[in-house]
Amino acid sequence: MTAGRVAQVEPEQPAADATRPARRQPEPPHRRPRLWLARLDTKASPYLYIAPFFVLFAIFGAYPLGYTFWVSLHDWDLLAAEHPFVGFDNYSRLLADGDFWNSVLNTLGIFVISTVPQLLLALWLAHLLNRQLRARTSFRMSILIPNITSTAAVAIVFGQLFSREFGMINWALDLVGIDAIDWRNTRFGAWVAISTMVDWRWTGYNALIFLAAMQSIPKDLYESAAIDGARPARQFWSITVPMLRPTIVFCVIISTIGGLQLFTEPLLFNSGPNPIRGGPLRESQTMTMYMFENAFAPHFNFGYGSAIAWMLFALIVVISLINVLVIRRLGNSTRKQG
Amino acid sequence: MSTVKASQHLWSASKLTYATLIVAGLMSIFPIYWMFVVATRSSDAMGQIPPPLTPGGNLPGNIERLFNNPDAYFLTGMINSAIVAGTVTFSVVLFSSLAGFAFAKLRFKGSNALLLVIIATMMVPTQLGVIPLYMLMSQLDWNDRLAAVIVPALVTGFGVFLMRQYASQAVSTELIEAARVDGCSTLRIYWNVVLPALRPAAAVLGLLTFMTMWNDFLWPYAVLNDPENPTVQLSLRALSNGYYNDMSQVFTGTALATLPLLIVFIIFGRQIIGGIMEGAVKA
Repeated sequence: MTAGRVAQVEPEQPAADATRPARRQPEPPHRRPRLWLARLDTKASPYLYIAPFFVLFAIFGAYPLGYTFWVSLHDWDLLAAEHPFVGFDNYSRLLADGDFWNSVLNTLGIFVISTVPQLLLALWLAHLLNRQLRARTSFRMSILIPNITSTAAVAIVFGQLFSREFGMINWALDLVGIDAIDWRNTRFGAWVAISTMVDWRWTGYNALIFLAAMQSIPKDLYESAAIDGARPARQFWSITVPMLRPTIVFCVIISTIGGLQLFTEPLLFNSGPNPIRGGPLRESQTMTMYMFENAFAPHFNFGYGSAIAWMLFALIVVISLINVLVIRRLGNSTRKQG
Repeated sequence: MSTVKASQHLWSASKLTYATLIVAGLMSIFPIYWMFVVATRSSDAMGQIPPPLTPGGNLPGNIERLFNNPDAYFLTGMINSAIVAGTVTFSVVLFSSLAGFAFAKLRFKGSNALLLVIIATMMVPTQLGVIPLYMLMSQLDWNDRLAAVIVPALVTGFGVFLMRQYASQAVSTELIEAARVDGCSTLRIYWNVVLPALRPAAAVLGLLTFMTMWNDFLWPYAVLNDPENPTVQLSLRALSNGYYNDMSQVFTGTALATLPLLIVFIIFGRQIIGGIMEGAVKA
């Protein structure tokens, strides 16, 4: 069987369509000796084709995640010969650990001040891109370009833009009469700088996702709303936003999963002897950074690190649920108004 | 009349629309442009006020310093990243298209449940398993070796899902049945009927996978601890950590590490945008 022979079948297809039932597996009689082989092929092939994903996910995805919990119940030092079972000791230590709560605060703070403006801005950009534009591909490409640069590169470039003495942002602030801000050594400054990196990289991507969803909203909805006298702003809040709700939920959950695991940007933003601490007073140490500090160099305490990983997992689940509930409620109230 | 105007107003682009989009575009492009500007200047460019905004003539010297840098292993990093991203891209496209074909066009018990499992795995933050994964790699003796970065990424739930969505509309069921009547094995059908039809989606998946792997940081950072055998992103970190007095060299590194993806994006940007937007509607 060659590609050529398959292609020859094609012209007959429309005629065959009409007469052939949708599901049929005829075995020509002269092939009977190979029948069992063909049957084995149809039965086993699907499982064979999907097996690589499941095998790989079991070994490198599910098993490590589950095993993390097992490790978190032990006093598991890399160099120690024994790893005694300690129950929930690591967790109770964690709950009393000020540095841990500091990392939770930083993670949530950066998450909020990056995600909220990011999604609102993306929604607005999508709304603008959803008009009859000239050069639409150029606009779309230009806002997506930040997404192809690596987080490491983003952190390096923005680290310089936010430099205290020679950074372009302090220079621009100086032009309008604002004093230089020490972005690295103040907590809020570091949060803003890191959030800017995240937003720069992801706003355009989310805008394109919103745009795709906006384009699938039927236009006559807007026309009938216009006949009823709804102004454009009202149409946006009463039609566009409610219709986008599933997409907004999707983007919020993806942003939550990604945002709460933030690691590369704050790590590279903090240059110096001990960047994993996120600044001299841990101004911008996120939970993932704290997990790395404990699980790998310098402490190599796998048990404690694993407990942090599970707390982070729990936090991601909780925040995602809260987000979904809030968006549901918001969507309902706008629908009632409209 | 006014109602027609109101509905048209929503779709027409005013001067303000264009101005806003141009500003957004410039803000998106500027940091990358500036990265290339600093890469072509001498290392005192960073201290100049006002900051220089046009390219200079120091690029060759900066590249020379970068490639002779004893701590960054930049060339090794570029080659390693090309190996990692290339291998993973090939494998993700192959295995995802096979699995996507199975889910979209083949009938088997449990297919719906298994597809749901795959969608669920996309929501699981597997990065949180880094500690046992690190232990596993130690047992396999894969620490510091590229296999540790390549093997876990060989097929992704996202890839399978994307290919399944595309295959269910782009591959003709009649053609598959016809090929089966002719005695084609399933694998032959995949190769001769399905794969050609999947080519556009495979290209998008390949591009997205290559970019993700080229830019990946967290897991390589955890598992590749040998400074002499980094990926390019780890080289960048070594540069930024140790050479903050020579920012033009650091920026040359980031510019060269971004350049391959920038070229890919300029050539295939339209397809990439199409892929992202199509995936969004179906998801």
